[in-house]
Amino acid sequence: MAKNLQQMNKIANSIRQDIIKMLVTAGSGHSAGPLGMADVLTALYFGGVANLDPKKRHSPDRDRVILSNAHICPVLYATLAHRGYFPKSELKTLRKLGSRLQGHSNSHFDIGIDTSGGPLGQGLSQAIGLALASRLNNKNDAGRLGPSFAEASVGRRAMRDVRRNYHTWCLMSDGEFDEGQTWEALMLAGKLDLREVTILIDRNNIQIDGYTEKIMPLENFSDKLKAFNWFVIEVDGHNIREILDAMKKAKAMAANPTAIICHTIPGKGVDFMESQFEWHGKPPSPEEARRALHELRTLGGKIKSEHE
Amino acid sequence: MKLVKLSDFWMHKTAEKRPTRDGYGEALLELGEANPQVVVLTADLAESTRALPFGEKYPDRFIECGVAEQNMMGVAAGLALGGKIPFVSSYAVFSPGRSWDQLRVSVCYTKANVKIAGAHTGISVGPDGATHQALEDMAITRVIPNLVVIAPCDAEETRKCTLAAAAYQGPVYFRFAREKTPVMTVKQTPFEIGQAYVCREGYDVTLIAAGPLLHAALMAAEKLAAKGIEAEVINSHTIKPLDTKTILRSVKKTHCAVTVEEHQTTGGLFGAVAEALAKHYPVPLEAVGMPDSFGESGTPDELLAKYKMTEKDVFSAAIKVIKRK
Repeated sequence: MAKNLQQMNKIANSIRQDIIKMLVTAGSGHSAGPLGMADVLTALYFGGVANLDPKKRHSPDRDRVILSNAHICPVLYATLAHRGYFPKSELKTLRKLGSRLQGHSNSHFDIGIDTSGGPLGQGLSQAIGLALASRLNNKNDAGRLGPSFAEASVGRRAMRDVRRNYHTWCLMSDGEFDEGQTWEALMLAGKLDLREVTILIDRNNIQIDGYTEKIMPLENFSDKLKAFNWFVIEVDGHNIREILDAMKKAKAMAANPTAIICHTIPGKGVDFMESQFEWHGKPPSPEEARRALHELRTLGGKIKSEHE
Repeated sequence: MKLVKLSDFWMHKTAEKRPTRDGYGEALLELGEANPQVVVLTADLAESTRALPFGEKYPDRFIECGVAEQNMMGVAAGLALGGKIPFVSSYAVFSPGRSWDQLRVSVCYTKANVKIAGAHTGISVGPDGATHQALEDMAITRVIPNLVVIAPCDAEETRKCTLAAAAYQGPVYFRFAREKTPVMTVKQTPFEIGQAYVCREGYDVTLIAAGPLLHAALMAAEKLAAKGIEAEVINSHTIKPLDTKTILRSVKKTHCAVTVEEHQTTGGLFGAVAEALAKHYPVPLEAVGMPDSFGESGTPDELLAKYKMTEKDVFSAAIKVIKRK
């Protein structure tokens, strides 16, 4: 059930609060990326464009989500819990022994996550494989792979039963465009006109050692992607309407795969974390968490918190 | 123990010789027909890995990735998660050599149903030289959880191994070679993943082989027999999970063993057998294989002789290990 914009903004704020609570309980983990991507994840899971529903979590035609930069998994966990994939009470087990919420997200548990990630640059390749599997299952889309195997090997009537068509959404960080594998994958998707895959890039301009343009400059990022036969849309990664419009366009593409560059502010919503690369890889202290939660609950002092 | 019968002609000079990679190509064609979920990927090595005939017959299920092994491994993981059975075809030095991280995380950690075919393994790759001779692939794959590792002995066994890999649910790595080698097994020879078999019975020494050098082990056993030494020969095609039961049953009778493989003696079959024997039944053990060194250019026969992986070397290792009893 798609939510309206006002509801989604509220959800994104609660997700941010949960991220702070999870990180301070875990005592380790990444702060900036998860906070920065809360709006994109909310749009993805609550916006009604992607076919994602906890009640149909095993359905063969559900859309697939690959979190390639799996170190921002606290935002995925919080979003999945808010969406009803597993109880919110479980969020506090992040990074603890025996938890289903591992330090980097994996596919071992029935919590709505299909793949394992961690080492940067591996997600897009997996997303391409999933998208190709969907294309092979789709009798209407011959694409460059030629007629689907199903068309050739079973009768037309049986076709309807085996057809499983879905869209694959791959969440990536800008930092992982340093990896050669990412460009190998971009080239293959471009060659195959793989419109079944869309990447949502967290363009927050930071990575562990500093600002991306200092560590390994990516600009002109958009032109580079276009040169690889990708359709590129740039959006404000904190404007849920813009994100959803771009996702709709991506899903409607006739040929090219789409890259949505989501311009985000790392640490978004917590003043002392915003745009500070030092917050890439560390959790808040209990005192910092208190300040962060106060700021999120009062929307930066604009409203009075009901908790205080 | 049931003795597995090989071809009646394996010993003859006129015995059929075929590269093990041919068995891979044939099995892929069989699978293309039998199983619509089978998909084949290659990284600009379609012909020499023998993936090409499949690609020509089933172009819709053939993915040419270009020279990009890391991406190929990840794409295969995604295809498997989407319900396909992907076969990743390249030279073992590149895949899993270059794509080890992707094999570890995208495939094995996720338990994705990917089959990895490593071509051009062993010193017998020949003139291409050290860079292209995969001698470490079993060591680097054997240490990854959830992964099965197989080294079939001839073209026929490679065909069966490929079919068995497709039927098995989970990641499988198997290796094959470039040069023509004797075909020792026949259609009726059984093949089961994880099931080693005895192809010659004896009580003085156990020769444990994996891959085409099984032939050298069998020839050495003949020569030993002429000297009154009865060697038992085991085809331990599956390196992981190792068939410890079959190996122990033999070694408890012979009290010494020699491993035979076209691979570094660290981490491959020797490593696996040494670990098993050290744990369960320590006996003198010798290794025939690459002695912790890189290869070089040369003909396969010259290289096998120089790096001591011929029947003569198996023979001397057997004599040596018997003396250590």
